[in-house]
Amino acid sequence: MSASALDKHYPIQHGDYTRAGEASADIKRTLRQLGVSADMMRRVSVAAYEAEMNMVIHSLGGEMCLQVEADHIRLTTQDVGPGIADIDSAMREGFSTANEEAQSMGFGAGMGLPNIKRNADAFDIQSQPGQGTRIEAVFYLS
Amino acid sequence: MEARYHSVTLDKESCRGCSNCLMHCPTQAIRVRGGRAHIIKELCIDCGQCIRVCPYHAKVAMTDILEDLDRFSHRIALPAPSFFAQFGRSIHSLGQILDAIRAIGFDEVYEVARGADAVTRALRELLRDRHRPRPLISSACPTVTRIIQVRFPGLIDHIVPLKQPMEVAAAAARREYCKARGVQLAEVGVFFITPCPAKMTAIRSPIGQRASQVDGAISIQEVYAAVLPELERFKGSKTMPAATPSGLRWAAAGGESEASLCENSLAVDGIDNVIRVLEEIENGKLSDLDFLEAAACVGGCVGGPLVYGNNYVARNTLRALARDLPGRDPEEAADGAPPLPSSLRLEEPIRPNGVMKLSDDMDRALAMMDEMDAIAARLPGYDCGSCGSPSCAAFAEDIVRGYCKELDCVYLLKDRLKIMAQQMVDLSQTQRE
Repeated sequence: MSASALDKHYPIQHGDYTRAGEASADIKRTLRQLGVSADMMRRVSVAAYEAEMNMVIHSLGGEMCLQVEADHIRLTTQDVGPGIADIDSAMREGFSTANEEAQSMGFGAGMGLPNIKRNADAFDIQSQPGQGTRIEAVFYLS
Repeated sequence: MEARYHSVTLDKESCRGCSNCLMHCPTQAIRVRGGRAHIIKELCIDCGQCIRVCPYHAKVAMTDILEDLDRFSHRIALPAPSFFAQFGRSIHSLGQILDAIRAIGFDEVYEVARGADAVTRALRELLRDRHRPRPLISSACPTVTRIIQVRFPGLIDHIVPLKQPMEVAAAAARREYCKARGVQLAEVGVFFITPCPAKMTAIRSPIGQRASQVDGAISIQEVYAAVLPELERFKGSKTMPAATPSGLRWAAAGGESEASLCENSLAVDGIDNVIRVLEEIENGKLSDLDFLEAAACVGGCVGGPLVYGNNYVARNTLRALARDLPGRDPEEAADGAPPLPSSLRLEEPIRPNGVMKLSDDMDRALAMMDEMDAIAARLPGYDCGSCGSPSCAAFAEDIVRGYCKELDCVYLLKDRLKIMAQQMVDLSQTQRE
């Protein structure tokens, strides 16, 4: 464990398209100030935005956390909500249960979860139907 | 090469230290210290927003002037396509303007729109390559390239690896002139007639190129004033412009994407709008888009900080001028040139500009960030700019970087004074007892 670490928490509201994207924007600003590489910026940006939008669209709200230590970045989301009944299907590209409102705004193409996984070095998802979902994406800083 | 040179500078005598420029700078590159604005060179992208908003005209663009032509025995003018749109619809032909430019002291005039035609051909070729990251982002506006370097380093790979039309035109103009007249390359001065300070900076501190082919840039405003009185006597000009309507239309937003023939493209103008779209691309959205044309100025180059005319009127004029040109496609103007010659490609990779990072050492950066958050929590969050930083968050960062101290915040100072006043009252009462 390094001497200093960063731990930021962002509350996310369900259906709040006005603020949607603000948490990932702050995460990007933070990482820029920490001087992470261009490639890492791109990967974390995509994952953070997808994770944030997932919560806005599907959950009943929750929290996104950014933790940075000297050798890795950890992005976690914990939400209250319907949970995911079939994680294997949800991880498939193009699979989506997004409602009409979300789809009319250009979301819900079914790329969210696979995109987070593809951009992260380690990925974990746990879900309890009827309770909520927890996602963890880790990015190793070389 | 980093942009140490900047065209946008401060006229210290005129600056009153107000917060107009501070609040409008898209990269937060301005601070007011000691009653005057200062530009942080590493952050400035030469967009010229501060030039537009300064009520005292203290923000100026350093450009060359017509007297600088005397440095060369041979002079070529490179008018930006936006230049032709400055004269309203009273002019008779593009040839009339070309002749008038010669008359003010140039031996040759080479339209930058021809450079745009060459870049158009190369761009069409690059767009056929499906292996390139999507969307490809135009490299024509140097301010957009610089904001990507500063703020969106993850998108550098998306930038079209082609030179700007100005550079392509300059190289061709010099080559053709020297061949025709039998003079040495170095005897010829090539001057761009520019709508913006960013092009001036791009000449002095080129991006993706070792050295610029352009010797100087003179503002459209200055050349406009010199050319205007000459126009009348060239009314019957028979000079034919060499550019295509498509090349001319590059001056206005949408012109480049239209020229590219790419149906799945987006043209965005105005620096704030550009930033919003780049944010989306960074978030992984718009990856189904093929091409993004982005111009820092509203309306495209005709909206540049150094133009004379209103950009909406200019767009109208430009349309009329383009309509009057023979309807050739850039491919027809190729003269057998290959679509993607190596001379059009950038010579060096575009590098990220890490100026936003707090420290080279991650541990140190993390500690500074902790400190910033603690300071920000004590600040009022008014973003008033009275401290000389553009926002409370930027102020907290400036404190941690060691550029100012907490009591530069007038609200914290007031609170401290209140406490001190109370302490003095308390003290005086203690002494009386």
